[in-house]
Amino acid sequence: MRGAVIVFPGSNCDRDLAVAFRAAGIDPVMVWHKDTSLPAGVDVVGLPGGFSYGDYLRCGAIAARSPICVAVADHARRGGAVIGICNGFQVLVEAGLLPGALMRNAGLKFICKPAPMTVATADSPFTSGYTVGQAVTFPIAHHDGNYTADADTLARLDGEDRVAFRYMDNPNGSAGDIAGILSENRRVLGLMPHPERAIDPAQGGTDGAVLFAALAGALADA
Amino acid sequence: MTMKAVVHVMLKPGVLDPQGEAVRHALGALGFDGVNGVRQGKVIELDLAGTDAAAAEAEVRRMCEKLLANTVIESYRIEIA
Repeated sequence: MRGAVIVFPGSNCDRDLAVAFRAAGIDPVMVWHKDTSLPAGVDVVGLPGGFSYGDYLRCGAIAARSPICVAVADHARRGGAVIGICNGFQVLVEAGLLPGALMRNAGLKFICKPAPMTVATADSPFTSGYTVGQAVTFPIAHHDGNYTADADTLARLDGEDRVAFRYMDNPNGSAGDIAGILSENRRVLGLMPHPERAIDPAQGGTDGAVLFAALAGALADA
Repeated sequence: MTMKAVVHVMLKPGVLDPQGEAVRHALGALGFDGVNGVRQGKVIELDLAGTDAAAAEAEVRRMCEKLLANTVIESYRIEIA
């Protein structure tokens, strides 16, 4: 089982994500943003956190138009699994692989702290290891995590059970307390909190390890 | 001959602009009482080759749709000079 971790100039959680993949039994391969194709046999693509292209223009905007993202979009369209964390979530919405947009935090501050959330759906390869309503905590570390979408999109996300996680104590103004959402086929997850920073007791919690273990299990069954 | 295009990118009406709100509060703190609202946007200047203003505008429009604006939350206005 292989997981591609895309590395943009300014990515800074790429190695953490590779460690989380490896700990779950997903063999990580680092892929540079200028590559035009994914390595053969990649089961999941990870878009890591960081500040790709210095957040120039809009967070994730330039990364979403980089050569590798064409291949990532093809992978997603073929039903491949994709997880975008923090800046990776911003890249996914900028690339149009997930709906909505991530705006400046309502309080205007960069927020770096553990974020308690509830699991909103267990119906995805990423969240099948949790139960709906379960409390989990992943750290957040972002300036632009204020999820915004028009009323129709928010209603559709709710109606189709595509909200993956909701904040318990909304830190950034996100509509509907949304911390993470799924694509229509439920194979693409974008979330602002960092599950890869919660996989080892030394990090203060292991709630994120469940996500990567569930993902590895789902990929192994496929 | 070259042309210049100026693109104004603004948040759409109804999209909350936390930065604009912060600027409005700061203006109030400085004693500027009459400010009911502030919206903050971006201005992008492009130096373009060519002389056909209509073609240039169409091209810049494509640039806005593909990259310069996020049309989920932003609107844009193009001036060709």
